[in-house]
Amino acid sequence: MFRSLTPRRIAAAVLASGLIAGAASIAHAAGGDTPKPEKQSWSFSGPFGTFDRAQLQRGFKVYKEVCANCHSLNLVAFRNLSDKGGPEFSVDQVKALAATYQIKDGPNDKGEMFERPGRPADKFPSPFPNPEAAKASLGGAPPDLSLIAKARSYERGVVLSLVDLVTQYQEHGPDYLVALLAGYSDPPAGVTVGSGLAYNKYFPGGQLSMAQPLNPDQVEYTDGTKGTVEQYAKDVTAFLMWAAEPKMEDRKRIGAFFMMLMITLAFFTYFTKKKVWSRVQH
Amino acid sequence: MSDHSTYTPKTGIERWIDARMPIIRVMHDAGVSYPTPKNLNYLWTFGGILTFMLVAQIVTGIVLVMHYTPHTTMAFNSVEHIMRDVNYGWLLRYFHANGASMFFIAVYIHMFRGLYYGSYKAPRELLWILGVVIYLLMMATGFMGYVLPWGQMSFWGATVITNLFSAFPIVGEPIVTWLWGGYSVDNPTLNRFFSLHYLLPFMLAAVVFLHIWALHVVGQNNPDGVEVKNFAKDTVPFTPYATAKDAFAMVCFIVFYGYFAFFMPNYLGHPDNYIQADPLVTPAHIVPEWYYLPFYAILRSIPDKLMGVIAMFAAIAILAFLPWLDTSRVRSTRYRPTYKIFFWTLVVVCFLLGYCGSQPTDKVVLSLGGTKILDIAGFGAILTAYYFLHFIVVLPLLGLFEKTRPEPASIADAVLAKHGHAAPAGAVHAPEKR
Repeated sequence: MFRSLTPRRIAAAVLASGLIAGAASIAHAAGGDTPKPEKQSWSFSGPFGTFDRAQLQRGFKVYKEVCANCHSLNLVAFRNLSDKGGPEFSVDQVKALAATYQIKDGPNDKGEMFERPGRPADKFPSPFPNPEAAKASLGGAPPDLSLIAKARSYERGVVLSLVDLVTQYQEHGPDYLVALLAGYSDPPAGVTVGSGLAYNKYFPGGQLSMAQPLNPDQVEYTDGTKGTVEQYAKDVTAFLMWAAEPKMEDRKRIGAFFMMLMITLAFFTYFTKKKVWSRVQH
Repeated sequence: MSDHSTYTPKTGIERWIDARMPIIRVMHDAGVSYPTPKNLNYLWTFGGILTFMLVAQIVTGIVLVMHYTPHTTMAFNSVEHIMRDVNYGWLLRYFHANGASMFFIAVYIHMFRGLYYGSYKAPRELLWILGVVIYLLMMATGFMGYVLPWGQMSFWGATVITNLFSAFPIVGEPIVTWLWGGYSVDNPTLNRFFSLHYLLPFMLAAVVFLHIWALHVVGQNNPDGVEVKNFAKDTVPFTPYATAKDAFAMVCFIVFYGYFAFFMPNYLGHPDNYIQADPLVTPAHIVPEWYYLPFYAILRSIPDKLMGVIAMFAAIAILAFLPWLDTSRVRSTRYRPTYKIFFWTLVVVCFLLGYCGSQPTDKVVLSLGGTKILDIAGFGAILTAYYFLHFIVVLPLLGLFEKTRPEPASIADAVLAKHGHAAPAGAVHAPEKR
């Protein structure tokens, strides 16, 4: 039946064209001077990956004590911190945490805006009232971090992208964030860093307005984890990955069940088809 | 093929309905007794898969609309609301977003199947042209859908594509202003795209109905490309034969679909679309969704903007003329050894065009001793030229000069030959004289 158009031949054609294209892109990627981020090992990678609760809790601490001074986290509510599949703080911890924030609310019955202690249902308040205020104070508006782990990536080329499809490597964003956060260094000889900018070879262009945010022993860990820059970078990135994809554990769990169901159904439908067609020569 | 009906109403209710509106008879004739060539391979299951994808997109889309807000200040956050707060919203949204890609994967396989087995040739020209209309509607629907989340690629993709119309002299600028509903892509643009993104799938469904109607009049083509001669020997009833085979293929496709939606949900998307649209910040590289990349490459490989736009639309429009551009009387590539080479070359060219569409135009493809010989724009131009040559020069001439292999006398003979019985003597087709 597949005499002339076998799946093998289709695959070969697809692969061949991919390889030609990929070879072309690799041959000329060497010119770029932004290095590729190192691949990290993440608890949430792969088809059955889950978040490491302790890591998310540490990462939240780094976010709260360091990042939150400039960056907002607009899409995440305090209550999310106690959701299943996240850092899983207790409901009481979240209530206590929310109460430490002052939230602008109103107007009240006198028509006045007022501040009140935060509640679990509130979203994380922004450090600045509006992007213009951030610009005036920092010289640029820092991006919101809610989706940053999915909104950053790095070039992989055609061949590696096809490999990624099979290996399910999709932590391009987190790997880039770790490389960036831990990748500050002195500029190489001959590079002049602009005023108000910092040198980081992982940032496209090499210079960014965020000064090195993480330093050794800056955040106090209570679970005995060492306070190195790499550790902070990994922990806060894991937290930001959860913030960007809070339903990831649900997705992978339901996905595994769905695949099992469908593959079983594929067997049933295959043997049904075989039985039906056994009556005729085709 | 639907000239005789084998339906006999069995119950009183069925007889009552049949005398007033024979809808059960129509459904029976189309989905049960419809004669199906018995030599069809699995490439013929993609019609059913595409119908499933259309339904899946409409169902997930309608539920998504219940939670989505079409406004420039709220669209992005409403999509994130779906992802975070709506029960199983992430599932709906990932299935809908990846569903668009699956729909296009299936339609491309379906189209290349048609090209390989000559399914566009008489008497299936109208069936094929309706297919081209469906493809065009899919492209428009997919494009507008991609704008709705209002991310950076949504906004800038919409800006680039709508701006294409400004290439036309005199009427260009007014057309673009009219499309936008203002002087830039803004809230009126988003609202009309949302409205049209909801409307077009139903128009799509209507054209799909016509496509299936035309199919049931002329009957399916088959891998040997010879018409059904004897219903009893050449065909099997649609149910249970095609139904059982379609069911298996569809489940396999759903496994493939689920792999993306559950495990690689953002693989086919662009990270920049997780950044809210900002008219003041242009992304480094604006790239459309993967399924438009070959056409985007054609657009960019021609230096003149107007000619680029014309070439891009011509690349799709030319498909509608295929039944008359291909002069060969032999349908199936199984019996066209020379066309087979050109067919696979076209497939590779389309993939390479797709690659070119994804890369910056000034990227070097080939250099010798540090001297640039070919960049993406030049490579794209060569591929574009070949794409059009295939349809305008190769196909008409090949039909006249190609030495084809003998076709089997009938589908039944082809099946017998496959199972090792003596191959029946079929007449060698002389190259057609016109």
